[in-house]
Amino acid sequence: MTELKIELKEKIIEILNLDDLTIADIDDDDPLFGDGLGLDSIDALELIVMLDKDFGIQLKDPNEGKDIFKSISVLAAYIDVHRSK
Amino acid sequence: MTTNYFIESYCHIKRETISLNGQTIFKNDDTDVSKFFKSAALHLKTEYPKFFKMDDLSKLAFLAADILLKATDHSNNVALVFSNKSSSLKTDRKHQRSISDKTRYFPSPSVFVYTLPNICMGEISIRHQLHSENTFLVLEQFNAGHLHINADYLLKNNKADKALCGWVNFEDNNYDAFLYLVSENGNFAHLPKEIDRLYHSK
Repeated sequence: MTELKIELKEKIIEILNLDDLTIADIDDDDPLFGDGLGLDSIDALELIVMLDKDFGIQLKDPNEGKDIFKSISVLAAYIDVHRSK
Repeated sequence: MTTNYFIESYCHIKRETISLNGQTIFKNDDTDVSKFFKSAALHLKTEYPKFFKMDDLSKLAFLAADILLKATDHSNNVALVFSNKSSSLKTDRKHQRSISDKTRYFPSPSVFVYTLPNICMGEISIRHQLHSENTFLVLEQFNAGHLHINADYLLKNNKADKALCGWVNFEDNNYDAFLYLVSENGNFAHLPKEIDRLYHSK
């Protein structure tokens, strides 16, 4: 799980162009949206694409993202259970 | 009484160099466009995390506009009149590549949102809280007359307090930005001939 969390942090920094951050700046339990990393709605769509492309997880209901994208810990736990690749 | 308008300030960004009113304010020999923009944003204290998420055309326009708008007092009614030749072609092609293989069809939302050239004006308006008129002209080449007539109309009809105008073009990895601010104060007459001279001056 630790490796997956690190992988997710690296992917998020790269995909969302968070050039001013390193993986050390993202705590496992930091909120990804709002006061945490300050991600926006376009970033949420990018994360949904990432789940499909890299882990074979298709979110049918975008509202599911609200719970899944709470933090790196929550996201990693979800991927660990649902991934198909 | 007819108000006279002037070019208050102008900014060029091309060939790894940024200049303000003809004076170089940043130069970097890095020919990698992304690295150049990142270094420039840090050097110029842009301090806007969303800058790094923009496409190259928006970064180019944003940097030039940020330099000019930070250096002047302005209301939220600064009109934007921009132009270029290549529209958003660089980003259009990037988006096209992401959808050309039907077996790996993963269009990126953050790329797609920049597949219009006028998005760069939205980024500038959000950053500087502009609630103003904006126009983006796609032209064969730099055309001072078109820019002049649009800005002149907006200013003389009280549609804007100032007008930020110019050219922001990205073609392959070649970029060329020339923005200038038109107001009631300045050292250069707001005339097509003068706009053309300043465009070619750097």
